[in-house]
Amino acid sequence: MEFFQRFAIPHPSPAIYASMVAIVLTMIAIVVGVTYFKKWGYLWREWLTTVDHKRIGIMYLISALLMLFRGGADAIMMRAQLAAPENTLLDAQHYNEIFTTHGVVMIIFMAMPFIMALMNFVVPLQIGARDVAFPRLNALSFWLFFMGAMLFNISFVVGGSPDAGWTSYFPLAGNEFSTSVGTNYYMIAIQIAGIGTLITGINFLVTILKMRAPGMTLMRMPMFTWSALITNLIIVFAFPVLTIALLMGTMDRLFGTHFFTLDNGGMDMLWANLFWIWGHPEVYILILPAFGVYSEVISTFSRRNLYGYTSMVASMVVISLLSFTVWVHHFFTMGQGALTNSIFSITTMAIAVPTGVKIFNWLLTMWRGKIVVTTPMLYSLLFIPLFTIGGVTGVMLGMSAADYQYHNTMFLVAHFHMVIIPGVVFAMLAGLTYWWPKMFGFMLNEKLGKAAAWVIAAGTLLAFMPMFFTGLDGQARRMYTYSETAGYTTGNMISFVGAAILAIGFVIIVYNIYYSFRYAPRNIGSDPWDARSLEWATHSPVPDYNFAVTPQVESREAFWDAKKKGHVLFKEELKKIHMPNSSGVPFIMSALFFVFGFGFIFSIWPLVIISGIGIFACMAHRSFEKDDGFYIPVEEVKETEEKLGGAK
Amino acid sequence: MRELFPMKQVMGFVFSLLLTVIALAVYFLDMSFATGITILLVTAFIQATVQLVVFMHAGETEDKASIYSNAFFGILLAVIIVLGTLLTMIWDMG
Repeated sequence: MEFFQRFAIPHPSPAIYASMVAIVLTMIAIVVGVTYFKKWGYLWREWLTTVDHKRIGIMYLISALLMLFRGGADAIMMRAQLAAPENTLLDAQHYNEIFTTHGVVMIIFMAMPFIMALMNFVVPLQIGARDVAFPRLNALSFWLFFMGAMLFNISFVVGGSPDAGWTSYFPLAGNEFSTSVGTNYYMIAIQIAGIGTLITGINFLVTILKMRAPGMTLMRMPMFTWSALITNLIIVFAFPVLTIALLMGTMDRLFGTHFFTLDNGGMDMLWANLFWIWGHPEVYILILPAFGVYSEVISTFSRRNLYGYTSMVASMVVISLLSFTVWVHHFFTMGQGALTNSIFSITTMAIAVPTGVKIFNWLLTMWRGKIVVTTPMLYSLLFIPLFTIGGVTGVMLGMSAADYQYHNTMFLVAHFHMVIIPGVVFAMLAGLTYWWPKMFGFMLNEKLGKAAAWVIAAGTLLAFMPMFFTGLDGQARRMYTYSETAGYTTGNMISFVGAAILAIGFVIIVYNIYYSFRYAPRNIGSDPWDARSLEWATHSPVPDYNFAVTPQVESREAFWDAKKKGHVLFKEELKKIHMPNSSGVPFIMSALFFVFGFGFIFSIWPLVIISGIGIFACMAHRSFEKDDGFYIPVEEVKETEEKLGGAK
Repeated sequence: MRELFPMKQVMGFVFSLLLTVIALAVYFLDMSFATGITILLVTAFIQATVQLVVFMHAGETEDKASIYSNAFFGILLAVIIVLGTLLTMIWDMG
């Protein structure tokens, strides 16, 4: 019995018991459903073992949307708790757990996979490749991320969620102050997902550098691919720091080392330092692909080429370096001297410059363009003013002397939400709507899409603008309640209403997906937006092999010039196409990682050893396996092409 | 015969052995901490360069520009991170 005691929730509440029941029922429903419809074979063959970048992209997308709702539910609970003073909806412990999981889920398990989804689906198509450089590795990336996310998500019903904030600062996150296994979940689950991200970084770096279609020089790449290249470069250099920090944190918690402890030579502040050496580049890992999406969308729907292509590229290259030089601005108040703070204030101001360049480039792209306000374009138009609010308050926070006033208040919370929601979330929704017809062969309803965009924009403003004011009045972040005399009541009530409106916006998007799935026409052709880059040159939905004939690129906007200037993209005859084989090993290995991580979290060493051996066995299997892929014969390619609307 | 003999690799091997001996000397000879660490750092970086260029064939393929620029970027970031951390956590910590 004592063995099972450790899996109990330290602070149970009726809501958690209800979720336990709900989780078990959902799992039973899934198993019964798949068995009833005899879909196990389909699921295994077409999805669990796939190495196709498009299917992996779609799986990332589904996970990201699921996590968006999990993180959103956390957000609604937080806003509801703070809507009234002295509220007792949540107790302090429960509130701590919710803001921690909200942060981790939204950044690492929602925003990251959303970006991975778009990168996976779009980048190989934009560069005219058949797949990524290492398709099997790509599957491993996805499944490691997925298992990490699942491991993190079971924490609130098995053993208790982490409760030390998404930044998990030591010494609070140490054993002395965080006694439950919650923080172990944080360390291990993010580690597993992080390995997946690092692998993706290497994979896409190689893909973009090595697998571009003939004629596509670096300076002819579409802007989204450029942003993906820079993002993955930052991933490769930033994630190892997180890996090491998490490893040291894990060692402190499980094996009694003293990296971040207060005694025995430990240095608790080193965690904050290492976390943000990763954490600040991570901000740019999130925002650069978003900027890439905006570049594509704004240029497509202004019917103009992107203004200042070279300066766009240059600004991203500059950001890739500068993003590693500003991390101390996350902890100006930690005790270092004015010299250090001044240096990092200046670098922080400096990084605003390349970002400003990009904003002006978008404005100048639209200037004298024939703007078509579609849903993706609407998100991009809403992004510019809203993001600017987040941006200028960021400059305020970046001034170290003034930051002593803003630090750890709701002002900061308002700032980064006003950056991340218009910056990243709007971009992902724009990208989702923009590439949806390429993914699924039908378009999302424009009327519903635009309604959702307006509702989400209104919700964002309503939810986060009041926080600037309550923050300046002194409302601290991460406080589970406040007294009526503090005067934060009205602002927080408005925030709650805003959060509810945001939720309605996302419900409209879900309804839109359902509605369009049922009623949208399927005969939309391969280029419904009249777009400019190569992904629109193949069919919708995209066949397994992407392009029947490898395209040959002669200009920056290859597809647009093929349409308008008569460039010929597909010059060669049909040939047999070499494709990678599917494999179940990435899924099995990641499932073993799940068990391995679970064993670590609860210090069940036999489980760790057995699953560890299993992981090594999977790697050994890969080393000795001979896998040359397979060929799709010409006849089959011809048949598919004819079925999809004629060889192009 | 001359073309077949891997002169570069043999010389590289001898040189890396020499560097190892110098680094080992820090342990056996009596010297101040600062001198010892300086010798170790310098020999370590030369050693890494020798290994990369001679034995890992950096610079022998057509993508040597991206290999060297990646390596340079990595070193630059490492220097920024280490110096920035020292500045923040130790040199300028009140």
